[in-house]
Amino acid sequence: MSILVDESTRVICQGFTGKQGTFHSEQAIAYGTRLVGGVTPGKGGQTHLGLPVFDTVADAVRETGATASMIYVPAPFAADSILEAAAAGIEVIACITEGIPVIDMLKVKAVLAQDYPDACLIGPNCPGLITPDSCKIGIMPGSIHTKGRVGIVSRSGTLTYEAVAQTTAVGLGQSTCVGIGGDPVGGLDFIDCLSRFADDPQTELVLMVGEIGGGAEEAAAEFIRQGYPKPVVAYIAGATAPAGKRMGHAGAVIAGGKGTAAAKCAALRAAGVHVVDSPAELGVTAARVLVNQSEGMNAS
Amino acid sequence: MNLHEYQAKSLLSEFGIPVPPGALVQSADDVGDGTRLPASESGRWVVKAQVHSGARGKAGGVRLVDNVAGVTQAANDLIGTRLVTLQSGPVGLPVDSLLVEPAADIRHEYYLAITVDRALQRVVMVASSQGGMDIEAVADQHPESIHRAVVNPTVGLAAYQARELAFSLGLSADQMKVFVSLALKLYRAFIERDAALIEINPLAALADGQLAIVDAKVALDDNAEYRQAQWWQRRDIAQEDPAERKAIDHGLNYVSLDGNIACMVNGAGLAMATMDLIQHAGGMPANFLDVGGGTSAAKVTEAFKLILENPRVEAILVNIFGGIVRCDLIAEGITEAAREVALEVPTVVRLAGTNAEQGRRMLAESGLALTAEDDLAAAANRAVALANTKREARR
Repeated sequence: MSILVDESTRVICQGFTGKQGTFHSEQAIAYGTRLVGGVTPGKGGQTHLGLPVFDTVADAVRETGATASMIYVPAPFAADSILEAAAAGIEVIACITEGIPVIDMLKVKAVLAQDYPDACLIGPNCPGLITPDSCKIGIMPGSIHTKGRVGIVSRSGTLTYEAVAQTTAVGLGQSTCVGIGGDPVGGLDFIDCLSRFADDPQTELVLMVGEIGGGAEEAAAEFIRQGYPKPVVAYIAGATAPAGKRMGHAGAVIAGGKGTAAAKCAALRAAGVHVVDSPAELGVTAARVLVNQSEGMNAS
Repeated sequence: MNLHEYQAKSLLSEFGIPVPPGALVQSADDVGDGTRLPASESGRWVVKAQVHSGARGKAGGVRLVDNVAGVTQAANDLIGTRLVTLQSGPVGLPVDSLLVEPAADIRHEYYLAITVDRALQRVVMVASSQGGMDIEAVADQHPESIHRAVVNPTVGLAAYQARELAFSLGLSADQMKVFVSLALKLYRAFIERDAALIEINPLAALADGQLAIVDAKVALDDNAEYRQAQWWQRRDIAQEDPAERKAIDHGLNYVSLDGNIACMVNGAGLAMATMDLIQHAGGMPANFLDVGGGTSAAKVTEAFKLILENPRVEAILVNIFGGIVRCDLIAEGITEAAREVALEVPTVVRLAGTNAEQGRRMLAESGLALTAEDDLAAAANRAVALANTKREARR
C-alpha cells in the first residue's frame, strides 16, 4: 500500500514535449512509472518517447484512462493546466512549475474547492510525489528511494531528498513521499497528507519536514494533538533564518505570532511529535522511535 | 518587489482612488520658488523621504514644514543621505527623493490593508480603528480593534463586506459610502496589479469629515513580474542590498547574515537546514545562499565570488544534494569555480546523491583547499573547526 499513487496509477504529462516535460518523462519511464501519454496543445496525434501526444487532457483521459498528471508547463500557463486537468477528471495533479502568481493560485484553489472537490493538487513549486518502486511523478532522483515504512511530507525539495536518503540509510525506506511545495497558496497540506498516511497500513511513521512562515505546521500540530494513530518525527528548517525577510506587515498580524521555527517546534512538541533540532538526525530519530515503539508493544 | 510611497499612490490613482496631490523632489533645485509644489491651504507641507521602509517618521525621514524654505531645507538635509530606521538595518537606505504633500488636518487615524492569508488561502481585507502605528503593535495592544473580511475570489470583495468593515470602524453614514468605494477599488488594484500587500496607514479622517489616504505601501508579487512589466521597470534597485541584487542577476538567492561560516546549497529548504546545522555545530551562518538546480560551474563561480566579498567569512560549507544532476558533474563545477576564484578560504564540500563517491574523490584529488565529506553533521562540524583553526592561527 501507499498513498495517492501506486504501480497501477496511469499517469500523463502536461507540457510533455517541452524540455522539462521530456526529460522528467524519460526519468519517470525509466523508474517504472506507468506513463501512458502526454498533452501538448497542437501536437495531438504525434508520438513522443514512444507514447501518444494529445491536444487536450480530456482526450488523454478518454483514450488512456489516466488518473494522475504531472505538470511541467511554464508559470504563465500552469494555473490553466491545473484547471484543465481537474475538469478532465484527473484525481492526482502534481504541479512542479515554480513561479505561478499567487492571484492565479487563489482562483484555482477556489474553483477546485467548488467544482472539483475530489481532485488532489500537489504543489505548485514542488518536487512532486513518489511511491518507491512503483510510481515517480516529479523531479526527485528515484535512486535514493527504497520501498518501506516511513511516509514523508515536506514543503521543501532537496531537503526532502535528505530525509529520504537518511531513512534509506537506516534501512526504514519510504511508503510514499509527498513534496507539498513552498508557495504560500498550494494544494494538499500537511494535514491532508497526515490523514492519508494514517489510513495507509504500509506507513508506520510519518516524517514531516516544515519550514518558517505561515501556520501550516501549527495547524498540523493541532491535528496531531487531537489523536493521531502513528508516531510523527518532524524537523522545521530556518531556526537561524532572519525574521521578517519576506513577510509584509499585514501578513505578520494575521499570522498572530506564528511563523517562527521556535513556535512551530513548540507546537509540534506539545502535540507529542518527536522534533529534531538537527536535520542530520531525521533518519536515526525515526529508527529509534520505531524501535522504542515495538519494544513498548512487546513489553505490554 | 516593494514600491516607493509615491509609486504606490500613482498605482492606486490608476484605479480612481483619490490620493493627495504631491510633488517628487530630487534636489533643492526642484523646490525652486515653490510653484511646482502642490497648493497647500494651510501653507504647510509634509516632506517624506522615499525609502523602502516603515518607521520613517521616528528616524527623522518625515518633516512637517511651514513654508517653501522649509521644503528646501529638508531637501538639503535629507537628499543624498542614508536613513536608518528600525527596519532598515544599521547601514540604512539611500534617500534619493522626497515626496512633498500639503499637510492634512487629521482628526483620526485608521488602518486598512489587503493581503493574502496563507492559512485561509484567501485574500483578506484588514481594517482597524487604531491606525498610524505598526499593525503588530495594534494586534498586541488593541486586538479587538482589528476586523477582517475574507474574500471569495469568484465574486471578489463584496460591497456588504466593505460596509461591515466601515461600520466596525465606527464611520458615519457618509464616510461609509466613501469607504466602500475605496475598499472595492483597492481590491481591484490588488488583483489587477498582482499585489502581495497594499497597506494604507494611516487612512485619515480629516477635520471636514473627509477620508484621505495619508501613507500607502504596496508590494507586488515577485512571480507576476512577467505581466506587470510597467511596474518592474520602475523598480528602484538602489533600495536593495547590492549583494542580494547581484545574486538575483545570476539566478542565485542570497541573504547576508552576521556569522562567520558561509554556505552554498542547492534548494531553499536544504539551505536553511544547512544554516541551522552550522549553528548546531557551534558556528554562525554568514549567509543564506540557494544556487538552485543545475549547479553549473558558472553559477558556482558567481556564488563563490559573492561569498568571498564578505570579509567575515572564515570557512565555507558547500552542501549539494545531487539528484538529477550527478555529483561528479557538480564536483567538476566546484573545482573549476574554485580555481577560477583562486579559493583560499577553507572549504568543506558535502556531496550526497548520485555518484557522490566519485565526486568526493575528484574534490580530494583536486589539490585545492577543498575538504570532501559525505555526512551532513560531520561536514558542519568540520567547517566550524576549520574556521576556529584559522582564527587561532591569526592570533
